[in-house]
Amino acid sequence: MGDPATGQVTAGQDAPDTEASRMTTRFHPVPYGGVRIEIDRDDATLLRSMAELLLRIVEEPDQQDGLAALVGISESATRPKDPVLARLFPDAYTDDPAAATDFRRYTENDLRRHKRENARRVVEALPAEGGQVLLDADDVQAWLKVLTDVRLSLGTRMGLETEEDVYALRAAASRDESLAAAAHIYEWLTHVQENLVQAVWRQQG
Amino acid sequence: MTAMPVELDEPRIEEHNRPDTPWVTIVWNDPVNLMSYVTYVFQKVFGYSRAKAHKLMEDVHYRGKAVVSSGTREEMERHVATLHEYGLWATLQQDR
Repeated sequence: MGDPATGQVTAGQDAPDTEASRMTTRFHPVPYGGVRIEIDRDDATLLRSMAELLLRIVEEPDQQDGLAALVGISESATRPKDPVLARLFPDAYTDDPAAATDFRRYTENDLRRHKRENARRVVEALPAEGGQVLLDADDVQAWLKVLTDVRLSLGTRMGLETEEDVYALRAAASRDESLAAAAHIYEWLTHVQENLVQAVWRQQG
Repeated sequence: MTAMPVELDEPRIEEHNRPDTPWVTIVWNDPVNLMSYVTYVFQKVFGYSRAKAHKLMEDVHYRGKAVVSSGTREEMERHVATLHEYGLWATLQQDR
């Protein structure tokens, strides 16, 4: 599992220039499970583009399948070949392929819609110029899930399979410019998510 | 009308499908999901205390996986579907 507290610090550095210390996005708990976010224009633009990316990765359920559209059950469903989609839509059974397929037929379209709805919610909440965003308790769930899905997508694409891979990513990113941008966004999203969880916990007391 | 059954076979229940054996939901470790977030999801989805949720998160993290709930197959399928909404890597199986 990821842990921004340990994942960021490089051995031997007294004051690591962490993403957290540069973070301009602020999170304040508000009553009834909500969170107020202060976000600047650049961060709002970045977060919106990531949620839009998710909408492109997670396509709408196939409307050609009339049965699926009517009852939400697909005629057939197989584990996605793309590793990102396979991670977002994992098999529910490890030891029973037939049960895994059945589970997928009955649930994958709903899960697709759910993930897309969450992403749209994030896109619509973010002001173009940045500023204050007030999330109610339902918005918070949607944001947490979208941050997770985007991080899972980026992490899978960057080849993160073990916790050691996450630590190695920083070193690799310092040598490889093409990887640096994605790694930077990944770390930023990690801190946004961590701060959002902490804000929810502060509100619960 | 239905004819009376001539003979009744003993019900044959295969070992892996015994109805009295509970099903379990398992969460697997992954390198992306945050410790705080996973703890929060266990609290939110199952209503566990923060202490219990934290313990389960640690089991997932250090042992690679943990049983997070048990019950009927239908209940476990709902739990797995909900955990997939949260992006956790969850599966279900009959308890062994």
